[in-house]
Amino acid sequence: MIIVGEKINTSRKGIEEAVRNRDATFVAKIARDQAEAGADYIDVNAGTFLDQEIDCLCWLVETVQNEVDLPLSLDSPNPKALSEAIKRHKGEPMINSISLETDRFQALIPVITSRPCSVVALCMAETAMPTTVEERVEVGSELINKLTDQGIPLDKIYVDPLVQPISVDTGMGIAVLGAINRIMTDFLGVNTICGLSNISYGLPARQVINRNFLALGISYGLSAAIIDPTDRQLMTTLHTVEMLLGRDEYCENFIDAYQNGRIAGG
Amino acid sequence: MSDFKVLSEAVIKGDISTAVAETQKEIDAGSDVQSIIDDGLISAMDVVGERFSKGIIFVPQMLRSAKTMQECVKLLKPLLQETEVTTKGKVLLGTVKGDLHDIGKNLVSMMMEGAGFTITDLGVDVSPEKFVQKAQEIEPDIVAMSALLSTTMPSMPQTIEALKKAGIRDKVQVMIGGAPVTENYAREINADAYASDAGSAVLKAKKLLGIS
Repeated sequence: MIIVGEKINTSRKGIEEAVRNRDATFVAKIARDQAEAGADYIDVNAGTFLDQEIDCLCWLVETVQNEVDLPLSLDSPNPKALSEAIKRHKGEPMINSISLETDRFQALIPVITSRPCSVVALCMAETAMPTTVEERVEVGSELINKLTDQGIPLDKIYVDPLVQPISVDTGMGIAVLGAINRIMTDFLGVNTICGLSNISYGLPARQVINRNFLALGISYGLSAAIIDPTDRQLMTTLHTVEMLLGRDEYCENFIDAYQNGRIAGG
Repeated sequence: MSDFKVLSEAVIKGDISTAVAETQKEIDAGSDVQSIIDDGLISAMDVVGERFSKGIIFVPQMLRSAKTMQECVKLLKPLLQETEVTTKGKVLLGTVKGDLHDIGKNLVSMMMEGAGFTITDLGVDVSPEKFVQKAQEIEPDIVAMSALLSTTMPSMPQTIEALKKAGIRDKVQVMIGGAPVTENYAREINADAYASDAGSAVLKAKKLLGIS
């Protein structure tokens, strides 16, 4: 399971202020905490800064990579911000994200083919958000085909089926899970990724919902997740489910997490 | 004179069959149609909106109540055509250009309708020109915009500017909302109000139009 640490996002409490004040110590600590908790990528998002987003995102790239030796997930719907941020990134970043929306797709192709990187492919078409499994698979497949046509290897593509709130339509959970399953089966070697928090929008006890949705996602084939790796209960679910599904040889990761004090409860 | 207690409670609970049966009973008993709507349905939805804003009830419960109200309104609507339909105000609503997110906007639409406003929903990816064109056509009291992406937020000031150019900015109240949108941003772009959720959107709209 590939873990993308989601905490350095200016829409989260404290981060916006830290970025505005260019508080490198604060940001570095959050990066370090996530790395130690098992993150494979650190997500950086400065979306709330609007017209200053590019400067802020570039500062975040440099600040985080000064602290941790990890690739970043460069998180913005804005191709200009991504094209500047990628220039400052050491190693192979994850570009988060591209979609089928024509302008966004066209603008990002030169960026993601300029150097080796992974790319998150959001199942968002030109005119509407997907609702059913079929719509997600259709958009996801088209994105995969277009990206591989551009020379992006299948294993560098992370399809995000686009999680929507279960509170407004109780079919939204199964629509995402079904899409994960179909995409992983139809394109062997591709990755699927999603964030969790959208699923629980509009409901109480959101953490419980998110945690269980992660477990279900993994069982349907989800291979990466954008989560808070410092959330011990969530990580406990992740390690346990992976082990139970036979994806942890000799139960090594589970035992390792336990011995390092990263398993909650038990 | 009925106080519509059973009907109100059914709407608050989201009990469609009871609410529909009660509505029919009131119609058969000759109750005033406008009173059924105002005192049976809208007042119940006010309670629902308030409870939602306070975190006492959650989105699925709010949706259920809104759906219950819609089913009742279906029975009442044909009877209304003959009489004068009253509305709390006309609202023109849409998600801004380049943005396809509609969940939040739909919740706002439903709650505003439940509160007695007349809604014209332009859907998603609505350009400033489309907002202006429709505003000129239907002369709304409120233009409400939603954006879920920081990249599409600039379409909000662009729409306000377009309303100004068309000479109708001072004839409408502009409300905005959506995950990345803030009270500060509303002030910055000279919108008249910001709402953080569907329940507060109703309260803000009423405040803008001076309705208690």
